[in-house]
Amino acid sequence: MAEKIDNKSVFFNPFSANNPVVVQVLGICSVLAVTVKLEPALVMGMSVIAVLAFSNVIISLIRNTIPTNIRIIVQLVVVAGLVVIVDQLLQAYAYDVSKQLSVFIGLIITNCILMGRLEAFAMANRPWPSLLDGIGNGIGYALVLVIVGFFRELLGSGTLLGMQVVPQCFYDAGYVNNGLMILPPMALIVVACIIWIHRSRNKDLQEH
Amino acid sequence: MTINKQSNLYTIAYIAALAVVVGAALAITSLSLHDRQQQNADRDKMRQILAAAHITVPADSVIAAYKRDITDAYIVNAEGKRVEGDAFDVDVDAQTKMPALRRLLPVFECRAADGEMKYIIPVYGAGLWGPIWGYVAFDADGSTIYGAYFAHKGETPGLGAEIEKPAFSSEFIGKTVFKQGVFMPVAVVKAGQKPLGGEDYVDGISGGTITSKGVGAMLSDCLTPYAAFLKNLSQKKSN
Repeated sequence: MAEKIDNKSVFFNPFSANNPVVVQVLGICSVLAVTVKLEPALVMGMSVIAVLAFSNVIISLIRNTIPTNIRIIVQLVVVAGLVVIVDQLLQAYAYDVSKQLSVFIGLIITNCILMGRLEAFAMANRPWPSLLDGIGNGIGYALVLVIVGFFRELLGSGTLLGMQVVPQCFYDAGYVNNGLMILPPMALIVVACIIWIHRSRNKDLQEH
Repeated sequence: MTINKQSNLYTIAYIAALAVVVGAALAITSLSLHDRQQQNADRDKMRQILAAAHITVPADSVIAAYKRDITDAYIVNAEGKRVEGDAFDVDVDAQTKMPALRRLLPVFECRAADGEMKYIIPVYGAGLWGPIWGYVAFDADGSTIYGAYFAHKGETPGLGAEIEKPAFSSEFIGKTVFKQGVFMPVAVVKAGQKPLGGEDYVDGISGGTITSKGVGAMLSDCLTPYAAFLKNLSQKKSN
């Protein structure tokens, strides 16, 4: 083996130190699209974890056979095929979830985190670290999604997972849901706040 | 023998093999899951039809409830006369693309919780991002709306997607589509406004203006061809 990879850091780094969303700033478009409510954010996060893990393993298995000049096409075909299969499976076995995700599931194909991980990691590493890398990055992405979804649903609609959490007496006392939270710009602002807090706690990430 | 992985032949053979493998995997998935998906879709359609008449049942008893409560399903034409065909299988999307006079118009008769017959009519239109559809249940007088159910493919959650919430669809309950014998579908307007024609109206979703307008247009487009059928109902009722 040419290089020794630390499986533990491969798995845990994407959670915080090398988070795909708040450090690498990838996959921002889907953060905009699916975080108005917490539930789609959760399911989208899980779908991305599944697709990213499988595509990382598949690409890693065939990495030595892929002709270099068409490797992006090969990666794209694998990802697109997987996403369609996941979509079909959801339609057959989890129809309600698939209805909720109808549009978002297609967005997984265009998620730059996938191509980024395939190109940067799976093309150069063995299947087991690639699986860990895929799951780790998927979780890192899902974490941010869930945090943003949590605040946007709580402040924008007063609910969590569709259940009312802001009590009626608040509304009677003059509290109003912040309609701005359900509009797309607030997703960016919430992500920006997360990045701000994250960087203020991780000095080595700060740029000078 | 070593293979030159950069040669054109290898590249073309590789991508062809990959296309065949992925294509086969997708075809197998699609074929093996098709029946299950169709069942799910049918069951979901039954659930939506029942929901318009305020009948909500758990997912596993939808088919039984549909068989029990939907007493008749048939197709009428724009003159309100019955025509041949299976109402459940009518593609409402395709019908809305045809001229109103030539459409096949499905009707589902339902015995609702209050023991009265309700007439459920499917509607189909366009929202902001994609199709929206629904079912509207009329009382036996052919004018009063007993219930409505709306759904969408990809409207914005929290904005246009609010049309699927009971808060929106229950606004339609009790509205009438005949005003002094003239057919006027229910309008969807901005909160605080009123339509000019004197028809019944409901408030649209704030922040979901285009979707709300889509619902109004959908009701007008899809209910108007039923005017003759609904008028017949009201005459039958008054006789």
